[in-house]
Amino acid sequence: MTIQDEVWWITLAGIGGVALVFLYVISHATRPADATQVEVRAYAIRRWFFLALIAVGAAVTAATLAPFPIPNQHAPSKARQAVKVVGRQWFWQLSPGPIQVGVPVEFQVTSADVNHGFGIYDRSGRLLAQTQAMPGITNRLVYTFTQPGKYRVLCLEYCGLAHHGMSLEFDVIGTPEGQS
Amino acid sequence: MSTLYPDSEALSPRERTVLNLYLVSTLMLFVLLMLFGLTMRLAQGAWIAIAPNIFYQIMTAHGTGMVGTVGLASSAVMWFFLRKYVRLSLPVFVANYAFFMLGAALLLGATFIGQYAGAWTFLYPLPVHSMGVWSVGAAAVFMLGYLLIGTGFLLFYLDAMRAVIRVYGNLGRALGLQWLFGGTIDRDHPGTVVASTMVIIVNSLGILGGAVVLVMSLVNAYAPDFVLNALFTKNLIYFFGHVFINSSIYMAVIGVYELLPRYTGRPWVISRPFLWAWAANTVLVLIVFPHHLLMDFAMPRWAMITGQIASHAEGLPVFAVIAYGALTNIYRSGLRWRMPPMLVVLAMFGWAAGIVPAIIDGTISVNRVMHNTLWVPGHFHFYLLLGVLPMLLAFMYHLIGERSDRADRDGDRLGFVAYILGGLTFVFMFLAGGHASEPRRYAVHFVEWRPYDRVASIGAGLVIAAMLLFAIRISRGLLKTPVTSHPSLS
Repeated sequence: MTIQDEVWWITLAGIGGVALVFLYVISHATRPADATQVEVRAYAIRRWFFLALIAVGAAVTAATLAPFPIPNQHAPSKARQAVKVVGRQWFWQLSPGPIQVGVPVEFQVTSADVNHGFGIYDRSGRLLAQTQAMPGITNRLVYTFTQPGKYRVLCLEYCGLAHHGMSLEFDVIGTPEGQS
Repeated sequence: MSTLYPDSEALSPRERTVLNLYLVSTLMLFVLLMLFGLTMRLAQGAWIAIAPNIFYQIMTAHGTGMVGTVGLASSAVMWFFLRKYVRLSLPVFVANYAFFMLGAALLLGATFIGQYAGAWTFLYPLPVHSMGVWSVGAAAVFMLGYLLIGTGFLLFYLDAMRAVIRVYGNLGRALGLQWLFGGTIDRDHPGTVVASTMVIIVNSLGILGGAVVLVMSLVNAYAPDFVLNALFTKNLIYFFGHVFINSSIYMAVIGVYELLPRYTGRPWVISRPFLWAWAANTVLVLIVFPHHLLMDFAMPRWAMITGQIASHAEGLPVFAVIAYGALTNIYRSGLRWRMPPMLVVLAMFGWAAGIVPAIIDGTISVNRVMHNTLWVPGHFHFYLLLGVLPMLLAFMYHLIGERSDRADRDGDRLGFVAYILGGLTFVFMFLAGGHASEPRRYAVHFVEWRPYDRVASIGAGLVIAAMLLFAIRISRGLLKTPVTSHPSLS
């Protein structure tokens, strides 16, 4: 299951949960009951609801921030491959050279003019990773390809008239992970 | 009727005229801007053909216009209810409208005459680096339009700040900070004052942040040697943009606090959790904006962590206090379903459900594959289209009073169902597009993305049909009701 799939199902479950709560309350809205009793019960439940939200939030924070998901931009890179990326209105320039599968590659991403978004897509059209390409700044994105083949770069920051056409293909070579 | 329409909310003829001007204008703008949105989805689905430059002009007008119009309509809600507790200036409220319309004329002129298409974000240096598509002059007019609109809102907030301080002594007391850690809470302290004070504080700062970056960008436009830092300007732009749209939501929520208890017949008084929620909101809304910059790896790590944690934390007041409070108020209340409470419940659902995908996207590891895909318009359309807009419509339906004509009531209910079905279809197609990694803001879509665009277009069509019906009914109600017999002039 891809991260997009996980996000999709968690979102559907979350929205579905909210919808069920609303439907329950709506279905009980027209039959009156004592307001004080309703409030006392509801606010007792809320304490647990609030604590549950805090607990889930703390767990998610711990699970998603350690290790920090973005490479340290100031420490020397441990990636054994480096590719310089420059975004321009409206094309991409990647420094030449093969990209090896299974070996971390550092994309050093900048822009020669306006803001662009450097998004790496696989053959199925799934977004694998991204960073912003900004004038005067180099963002370092580290990614390890697990499959050889053709990949595509699309622009993920609106950059003017031909933003949608700012695309480039590149190759990743080598033997797929697990088959070497 | 006396409970639904208290004497303290009666409008003078001049006040009524100004309020009608606000509401009818915003309804017309909403319909027009929704048509812009539909046009974009039809073009992406290849059901109609438009040139990319026109698409991006429409996109710029749609984004800028919708945020501004939601802000204008929400400020009318805040004005209507806050004036019961403090003395607001009508001329300043009129000035806000005048500045808005003048600014909107400049924005539309820059976009459709000057062909400016730099999006609402005007990310430096795109406005002055269009590759000859639009002129620096068009970009400057666009930014001047923003400045005018911001000036109007700032005047409105400064007047509200003056009025609140005059009654409550200072903003902290109006916000109820004195009761956060103890003491006997004054149950008569109005929730409207608390919410308004929060908005006054955050949006004054947000607008000032916007003014700084707009003036810097204008200077750069005519003195290119005055080079800006792209990351710093981006921070200021998203600070301003995020605070402005959040403030618009919270201004509209005032209507929920005021109206829902009248329809359920149950009071909704302030409590310590309520005050904590609004105090927390005041801080969170100001510090959460780095979640827009999680893919700017040059951002300091602490800022990114703040962005993620604040994004998640922002859900707490919404889920555990505002939406929960509304549901508690409704549950077994004996509520009779009429358009205002129906719309309020939809609004609470749209807001609470819409922040689920928003909060998830505020997680850095998720943002890596969702940022600037259609997931983003998916979540903000969810809580704007199905959250804030129904809050505004609930307020307007309340103002025009109970419909006596059965055909009208049936029409309203039909429109309500069409709005929900169309709205859900529309926003879920955005989310599905984000799940499929479709980039946002593309004039041309790949063939495999078009099914989402086409289904979304059908949903948008339903929403617009319903909105048109609402707009006509509400405008007719506002304009036809004689001053002496209007429900809010008891």
